[in-house]
Amino acid sequence: MHELSIAYSLVEAAAEAATRAGAQRVVAVQVVVGALSGVATGALTFCWEIATAETSLAGSRLDLVEQPVVVYCPDCRQEGELAGVQLFRCPQCGRPTGDVRRGRELQIESLEIETAVCDDAGGAASAEEAP
Amino acid sequence: MSTRIVEIRQNILNKNDLLARRLRDGFTAAGVFTVNLVSSPGTGKTAFLQRTLKELLERGTRVAALVGDLETDNDARRLAASGAPVRQINTHGRCHLEAEMIESHLAGWDVADYDFLFIENVGNLVCPSSYDLGESLRVVMLSVTEGEDKPLKYPGIFHSADLAVITKHDLAAACDLDRAALLANLEAVCPGRPVLFTSARTGEGFPEWLAWLAERRAGWPASGGS
Repeated sequence: MHELSIAYSLVEAAAEAATRAGAQRVVAVQVVVGALSGVATGALTFCWEIATAETSLAGSRLDLVEQPVVVYCPDCRQEGELAGVQLFRCPQCGRPTGDVRRGRELQIESLEIETAVCDDAGGAASAEEAP
Repeated sequence: MSTRIVEIRQNILNKNDLLARRLRDGFTAAGVFTVNLVSSPGTGKTAFLQRTLKELLERGTRVAALVGDLETDNDARRLAASGAPVRQINTHGRCHLEAEMIESHLAGWDVADYDFLFIENVGNLVCPSSYDLGESLRVVMLSVTEGEDKPLKYPGIFHSADLAVITKHDLAAACDLDRAALLANLEAVCPGRPVLFTSARTGEGFPEWLAWLAERRAGWPASGGS
């Protein structure tokens, strides 16, 4: 169980990104969780309210997107998605492969934010945060 | 007020990952090859490491070890009997070692004095898989008494290791070990990863293990990293 410390890291990174984007309020944080990331999505969701309390992300929603393992098969010369994490074989031809291309990630994909004004393209970086 | 979606695409590196990265850079600069041993409780990590330290010391290799347990310094005392410098890490309830514990327990040691640093993790097949300790290699261990399907039950940690070591192989016959099933399950979760059958009691597999370590260290740091 280490999801709480991951949730704190996530909140810190998301809060910084939100400030850079000129957010007045963060509505939602979308996070991609790979099947090999070692993170239990249920536990992360459970920790979210605690980790966001008294931060600029308080009251925000956590949207988790589960990323299955994607392996590369040198025979088929293409990537294939695995059904689980117990059999690392090409889903097309069955050749064993440990060449993992996706599934280890733990990344903030996007933020849904509210900004004060409907600024024009590229304006986000210069937006000033009003306390 | 307007609502919009901002693309971020940023990895979440938690504090442990950042510290582990710093430790790995330090180990690499100091030339100390670091090996993280993970397994269930009772697999025989300490017995395996005892013999490893002893045999490496006999060859003139400079070794040191850190050993993690919830409580007691029993394992450190067993390992120290080899003559190698050993420190016990007591986690007091935590089920895994973290990079910060490694850093704090190395205080006062000059790691450049060693060729190998072994880290015996807390016996657990779940949590240690998520904690990078800055090691050069991770070794997952499994005894013949534990059941051939363990790799399928704990695929995360079995997938993450660079080598699988089977311990207590001298008991294989008494346990009706299904060697083919065990190898198939290890292969299923991590194709192509080497497997060694060992016994700390008889010494079986130790020449191969020590040769593998030497070979990996010779190719390091180019091939290192977990």
